[in-house]
Amino acid sequence: MSTPTSTANAHRPAMLLPSRPPPARQHGPWQWVRRELLGSSSSAAITCIIAACLLWQLPHLVSWSLLEAVFRPDADACQAARGTGACWGVVVEKYRLILFGRYPHAEQWRPLLATVILLALLVASCSRQCWHRGLLVAWVAGLLVFFGLMSGRWWGISLGLSPVPTDQWGGFPLTLMLSTLSIACAFPLAVLVALGRRSDWPMVRAVCVTYIELVRGVPLISVLFMASFMFPLLMPPGTTPDVLLRVLAGITLFAAAYLAEIVRGGLQAIGRGQLEAAASLGLGYWATQRLVVLPQALAHVVPGIMNNFIAIFKDTSLVTIVSLYELSGAMGLAVNGDPNWRPFKLEAYLFITLIYFACCFAMSRYSLWVERQVTHR
Amino acid sequence: MRWHSRRTRALAVQVGLVVVLALLVGWLLANTLANMRARGIQSGFGFLLDTSGFDIGESLIAFDSEQPYWRAFLVGLLNTLRVSITGIVLCTVLGTLVGIGRVSSNALARGLCYVYTELLRNVPILLQLLMWYVLLVEWMPDAEAPLQAWDSVFLSKGGLALPWLAWDEGAWTSRVLWELPALVEGEVRGGLIISPEFLAVTLGLTLYTSAFVAEVVRSGLQSVARGQLEAARSLGLSSWLTLRHVVLPQAMRVIVPPMTNQYLNLTKNSSLAVAIGYPDLVNISNTALNQTGRAVECIAIIMALYLALSLLTSALMNAYNRRVAIAER
Repeated sequence: MSTPTSTANAHRPAMLLPSRPPPARQHGPWQWVRRELLGSSSSAAITCIIAACLLWQLPHLVSWSLLEAVFRPDADACQAARGTGACWGVVVEKYRLILFGRYPHAEQWRPLLATVILLALLVASCSRQCWHRGLLVAWVAGLLVFFGLMSGRWWGISLGLSPVPTDQWGGFPLTLMLSTLSIACAFPLAVLVALGRRSDWPMVRAVCVTYIELVRGVPLISVLFMASFMFPLLMPPGTTPDVLLRVLAGITLFAAAYLAEIVRGGLQAIGRGQLEAAASLGLGYWATQRLVVLPQALAHVVPGIMNNFIAIFKDTSLVTIVSLYELSGAMGLAVNGDPNWRPFKLEAYLFITLIYFACCFAMSRYSLWVERQVTHR
Repeated sequence: MRWHSRRTRALAVQVGLVVVLALLVGWLLANTLANMRARGIQSGFGFLLDTSGFDIGESLIAFDSEQPYWRAFLVGLLNTLRVSITGIVLCTVLGTLVGIGRVSSNALARGLCYVYTELLRNVPILLQLLMWYVLLVEWMPDAEAPLQAWDSVFLSKGGLALPWLAWDEGAWTSRVLWELPALVEGEVRGGLIISPEFLAVTLGLTLYTSAFVAEVVRSGLQSVARGQLEAARSLGLSSWLTLRHVVLPQAMRVIVPPMTNQYLNLTKNSSLAVAIGYPDLVNISNTALNQTGRAVECIAIIMALYLALSLLTSALMNAYNRRVAIAER
């Protein structure tokens, strides 16, 4: 049975429900703690365990590294605080030897200035405003000034500075120079090899594949041994290229093989249509690669390329094994040779660890920024 | 046959490339031979049969200075393998745990794992190895008064002693038993004694590589779409079953290829053991090189063996990859 009113009501819009209040705000510190630290019983347990460990160990760490630490270059005070406090005095005492290696003491303003110039160029190259032709000119000039300052002459022409042979170069300038130059030389080589590996010509392909697989299969240290022991044998009798040059060539050839594989990954991501479109516009091989393929391919693999640059920077530390005193080698030189300070090697290691970490971390942050630049236009 | 034809040009360029390369190799070879004659360096692999004349600190097979060089190289290879395999197993376990920690719902665990990966992968491996070595040989107590844990684990400048399986040769039956190390007259005896060099190399390689493995595992886990997890949940699967049947099979496809690269890197990085005096392949070759002066042969041996190891590792991992890859019909 239906009453007239109820049938009439059925056709009328139903009474609107009162709107519900918005869900409780999920932000604010207390909400964050509840969600992120105490989300479930297991999460709360993990929080408790980690917090307990941190509370247990952090005070020790703070007291060792700061409160009880000796900052004066006083070996006796350091010896007294051994075990309870760090001896940062070793860094205060030896920082010039660690940073500049065996470079003559009175002339160390030269590597300092050279490093500042190189760092300024590197920082400038990171910013988008500087990406034009002028930068290239600045780099050529900067490198000329760098080598002029470091060696005191240009190819035999004296600059009025006392000449310093390359075997006395060391420390941070050497690390920076080796990584910058090997990155700069490895990158174009890697692009060429990657293109060669995808070439239609079987011989070119075979050469590139052999090179890549051979180099990627052996450790860098064996390449460096080769550069330092075998390279002199390979050159015409009587000529021996500078050890710095040999090591640089070794790192470059090694890094280029890894970079080439990364670039190849980017090349593979480019669709056939792009190549066909370029061909139908009448572009030749090199124009196609330069204008169409590479800009897209490299943008795809920015994180990989940047990771590789970081790896090259870290790998330069291996040249210490073939007796070049870059940052880690210079540190060994500074501390191992002095019996007063040898017990505090760990603190000196931590100091250069900090330098490496700062550089690598900055590079990886920068890589995230570049990634955003090339993907979100 | 026209010069403008693509095929002719391709052929010409390739032949040119081969000729240039052959000339380059020939020139290098001629230089090498001339240099060797000038310096009176003998060549050839015959020296491998000569008596080595040096001792090796640790070895899996019996070795003394009376043995020939080839056996020294074998000892080095086995030591390299020992460090690499231990490192690969440990870094996989540790890296997987840290990688899971990176995607944990707990902010503290996430933060800690983030700090761990960033700290370890941004410092050169060589530096880390040297630091561990300094920590182990200079900061640990002397061998007479080691640090102890549960009366059966000892750590000192002399290394780490752990309980280990021992082969008990009985009169009637041989059996495997669990042997505990013990401190006898100021010396740790029994169990497995690990040298500080091996410990430093293994620790350094494991921690460094685990940071990279953690990133690989994290990207693998994050590659599994959220909808997959929600679907598994709505089917009523427990979190373990979800992990086992839904997340891992999909994540493994993303994880295995880069993981192979990390294993290869670890094996190659184990060559840095030379810096702290662990007698690995490079260390032994270096000694042999200095003693015999045969740079070309020794470096060729290092390269060939590492190349073989790398190819073997990638062959194994590729076989595993075929098992986890998508089976397309």
